[in-house]
Amino acid sequence: MRRILLALFILLAACAKTEAPPGGTAAASNTITINGAGATFPNPIYSKWFSDYNKAHPNIQINYQSIGSGGGIKQLSAQTVFFGASDMPMTDEQLKSAPGPVLHFPTVLGAVVPAYNVGNVPPLKFPGSLLADIFLGNVKKWNDPAIAKVNPGAALPNLDITVVHRSDGSGTNFIFCDFLSKVSPEFKQKVGASTSVNWPAGVGGKGNEGVAGLVKQTPGAIGYVELIYALQNDIPFGDVQNPDGQFVRASLDSVTAAAAGAAANMPADFRVSITNAPGKTAYPISSFTWMLFYQNPSDKRRAGIMVDFMKWALTDGQKEASPLGYAPLPKGVVGLEMQALGKIQL
Amino acid sequence: MRRSSDDRLFRIVTGIFPMLVLLIAVGIAFELSRQSMLSIRKFGLGFWTGRTWDPVSGVFGGLPFIWGTLYSSLLALILSTPIALGIAIFISELSPRMLRQPLTYLTELLAAIPSIVYGLWGIFVLTPIVRKLELFTPDWLKKVPLFSGPPLGVGMGTAAIILSIMVVPFTSSVAREILKNVPSAQREAAYALGATRWEAIKVAIGYGKTGIIGAIMLGLGRALGETMAVTMVIGNAPVISTSLFKPQYTMAAVIANEFTEAADELYLHALIEIGLLLFIITILVNALSRLLIWSTKQRKAPVYVFTAPAEDSVAA
Repeated sequence: MRRILLALFILLAACAKTEAPPGGTAAASNTITINGAGATFPNPIYSKWFSDYNKAHPNIQINYQSIGSGGGIKQLSAQTVFFGASDMPMTDEQLKSAPGPVLHFPTVLGAVVPAYNVGNVPPLKFPGSLLADIFLGNVKKWNDPAIAKVNPGAALPNLDITVVHRSDGSGTNFIFCDFLSKVSPEFKQKVGASTSVNWPAGVGGKGNEGVAGLVKQTPGAIGYVELIYALQNDIPFGDVQNPDGQFVRASLDSVTAAAAGAAANMPADFRVSITNAPGKTAYPISSFTWMLFYQNPSDKRRAGIMVDFMKWALTDGQKEASPLGYAPLPKGVVGLEMQALGKIQL
Repeated sequence: MRRSSDDRLFRIVTGIFPMLVLLIAVGIAFELSRQSMLSIRKFGLGFWTGRTWDPVSGVFGGLPFIWGTLYSSLLALILSTPIALGIAIFISELSPRMLRQPLTYLTELLAAIPSIVYGLWGIFVLTPIVRKLELFTPDWLKKVPLFSGPPLGVGMGTAAIILSIMVVPFTSSVAREILKNVPSAQREAAYALGATRWEAIKVAIGYGKTGIIGAIMLGLGRALGETMAVTMVIGNAPVISTSLFKPQYTMAAVIANEFTEAADELYLHALIEIGLLLFIITILVNALSRLLIWSTKQRKAPVYVFTAPAEDSVAA
């Protein structure tokens, strides 16, 4: 027993020696480490991008900690990481409290879909205001006239609606509540939009898997999950009405279309919500996810590398998006961003 | 005089360790209060009694979480104590020698399962079973507040069941050790007086009473702080209710759920204040359990003291 412990000890000591020094310092072999932290939603594609970029530039190692959007903003403000990432744009207040001006760059798009468990019905249609009423607890039964009116073909059961929401703070919450706040004044006043909100009805599941698990098992449940998660796990979800009056099914194309609709009047800092975006084919519960950089970073060498990385991610890197279930950015937005990258002072 | 200086050094070195523990506890309390200042200043004692938790409008009150934590732990204790004591008694007093080791090993294995595994098992296996039970609940029973509410499957009752399973190995191992250490003279004396097996075991339990209460309190401490498994099945709704069917929330769960995305200062401070409350409540519960142990010690009837020295003490 003692000998095993000793061996373990030696092994640990050996590991500790070979470990790279933390904090993004250059190691002996001239490798440059760049650290970032933030949103969990884009973690799969960021990991792929950083690993691919590392293959093309073996001396550059970009580390990403998916600790959540709030954590990413906090660490960026505390300057413990070189770049941040977030599913919701920083607020004016957060920008003010950061030590320097921060720039937002959309990287890919995601969407949130209403998933439900009402037996064997064709994909249900939801006007935004109806979704808000359901999640406020105003519409309590599946055979409520408000649901039946827009879904004439579906045999809706006389079943109580169980609302399932995300209990953990997340960008998914923000996107969904942001949309409901735009389409329902009552929702905006009673609940509002944030990464965590005070839900008036229902139960909370932890994470996409928690919500999906509860929806799958509870007859009459309705919840909301990320589009990728619903597609990968074959969870039935409904179509949502956009401001043009069309009921749109969430797909990578309809999400990109929502971003294209918003690109027309894109603000210069890219801090824009594209929920309820105009356009016939635009899916209304869509959102950008952003990377955050300081406009005038003190470390010019790393800044140059990240600008180069972003140029690659916005062009060739976008091809990786669809296979991983993210909607790629529309051409118009990529063009604007390539210009904006020039603002970073090198 | 080398020996006495060795003794002194030994005392100082070992003395450092308990001091470290104390220092860490004080440090935690200090840091928790420092980092929750904004929320302490804004809400004061109202934080203990507030029932609203609304991050969007910046109104924070911790009462539903305090209630959920205490209620779920209490329920878990009620469910787990008889089972844990039953296991301890069977293994230490009644079990065939052959079964003793495997049974001990299996109960302790329960403590080695990560809580996220309990949580997932809770969602996918336990929740549907509980939902079926809830659906079968007759209407007259639903009028009782304990069983009111919709048949969701997730909720206080499911959380209490998961917690009690997680607590059992802790309580049962300590209780088993306590029973094992009851001098056999106690049992022999009982048998000599013509006691049945059950009566002899009762004597042993009475002898180890304070230790067994300690074992139960250890389980309580575990239940108060459990996070991941609870948050996956309790339903996470800040509601105060005695119902087993209704979704509720605990302090540890709300911290785990919302901490990563809390970017707003006041919100963050409110979450850390929840941590401070949990710290204070854990200390209070521990102090109360000490008091309970102390008072049972005081009340304990005089035990027969055997004057004949045991073999060990002679050797020493």
